[in-house]
Amino acid sequence: MTFHEFVQQCINGLSLGSTYALLALGLAVLFSIMGLINFAHGELLTIGGYVMWTTLHHDTSWWLVVPATLLATTLAAVAMERIAFRPLRGASIETLLVTSFALAFFIQTALQIGVSAEPEPIAHTGWSSRGYSVGAYTIGLIQIVTTAVTFAVLVLLTFFLKRTLLGVSIRAAAEDFAVVRLMGVPAGRVVVSAFALSGLLAGIASLLFFASAGSVSPTSGTPPVVAAFIAVVLGGLGNLTGAVVGGYVLGFADQILAAVHSNTILQFHDAVVLAILIGILLLRPQGLVGRREGIV
Amino acid sequence: MLLAVRGLTARYGPVVAVRDVDLRVGEGEIVALLGANGAGKTTTLMSIVGLHRARSGSIELDGREIGHLPAEKVVRQGVSLAPEGRRIFSGLTVAENLRIGAAAAGRDGRDDGRRERLLELFPVLRERLRLPAASLSGGEQQQLAIARALMSGPKLLLLDEPTLGLAPKLVRLVFELIVRLRDEEGVTILLVEQNVHQALACCDRAYLMRVGSVETEGTPEELVRDRRVQAAYLGVPS
Repeated sequence: MTFHEFVQQCINGLSLGSTYALLALGLAVLFSIMGLINFAHGELLTIGGYVMWTTLHHDTSWWLVVPATLLATTLAAVAMERIAFRPLRGASIETLLVTSFALAFFIQTALQIGVSAEPEPIAHTGWSSRGYSVGAYTIGLIQIVTTAVTFAVLVLLTFFLKRTLLGVSIRAAAEDFAVVRLMGVPAGRVVVSAFALSGLLAGIASLLFFASAGSVSPTSGTPPVVAAFIAVVLGGLGNLTGAVVGGYVLGFADQILAAVHSNTILQFHDAVVLAILIGILLLRPQGLVGRREGIV
Repeated sequence: MLLAVRGLTARYGPVVAVRDVDLRVGEGEIVALLGANGAGKTTTLMSIVGLHRARSGSIELDGREIGHLPAEKVVRQGVSLAPEGRRIFSGLTVAENLRIGAAAAGRDGRDDGRRERLLELFPVLRERLRLPAASLSGGEQQQLAIARALMSGPKLLLLDEPTLGLAPKLVRLVFELIVRLRDEEGVTILLVEQNVHQALACCDRAYLMRVGSVETEGTPEELVRDRRVQAAYLGVPS
């Protein structure tokens, strides 16, 4: 790989890593508070994709597509909590995990029956396929937008978690839920807020992901969320900084490996990525960013 | 009576941890709850604040039943617990810990009069406001746990083993603070302790628990003369 290729792959890795980081953050927020590994997180991404498909199909302005998508994924996440997880408050981590699988398959099947099992095209808007040449490098507008939006989200999320009472309560709940209740913070409000936050983050990821993916199918959400799980584990389960770091490390690794591989081993791409994950966990079982200092 | 507990029985599954306990705490009193490990002291406190739900009996605050309320509502009625093992939020700063403590009172808790007053009582916390709570020493963490519980402005403060694991000098400091809280702040205190000597020295009345039940109760003077207390806790041969 030439230096030029390396830099180009890093540019690509930055935007891919941003998408992973947004998804990983949503997973890590729920895990840190409830010990819930929400496999249905991918379906939030998918739901966002279908909202984009429907709205863009009818030539809706992006000024409406964005809030509609964010609202849909946030409400879907809150509905997941209300319908599937609230009745299981206090249940074991395994029960919650199996429930999230059931929820994921339910939504996938509902979309197959209700819409179609086939991919639906998401209308390419002019801006999402535009690209710029900087010297010898090509940067897509969507890559710039993805990276910039993710950085802005990270700044806002940090502000929320450090400055607002609700944000501080969420961080405290991740450490000791019972004591947060002792302090008079309603348990239900913290949990619903965490789900809403994970839904909002999934919605943002959805907009960025499907603007370049070009189509949505009932299983679209699964591959990126599996990658986000790897990012969460890589960074350290339940640690938000770790989730972001893990997302970017995985994004870069993904892109650089794809460029390095010869065609014969390209089919083992996932195996190589997972082998690297296992290697890192052998050296640092707590993940790249340990969780001893809390969740941020 | 500020707090009246009647016939409290609490279980962990089939195991009865607390059986038919009666407790009363009058306004302005310091009441100690003494007893060995496993006597049911912590379970009693957890039941009062609504964190231990598998229980029966009545818990009244100012004559109003609070036994049915969940933990987040009990604290709003004016009962605050500094739990065993301190359980401060170690990844949060000292200021953030205090801020959460004010949540029950519906205040922001960042820069108000109550926090100012508490920082005068616990000056060591003022110097450490922006530091992560994990960086505090054991004694400082205990002071933070007590200050956090006081941020909501409770009528009744429950302290669960506040001197556990502290050096003798710090144990004295905590007991001095307990008396000051009552005398200067007018807080009523129910104290669970294993330091029987010092607890009896500062309290108005005490209950002695044994295997889930109240064995005896009385003023410190009465308890010091009680042969059972002497034998079990004061090192006097019976």
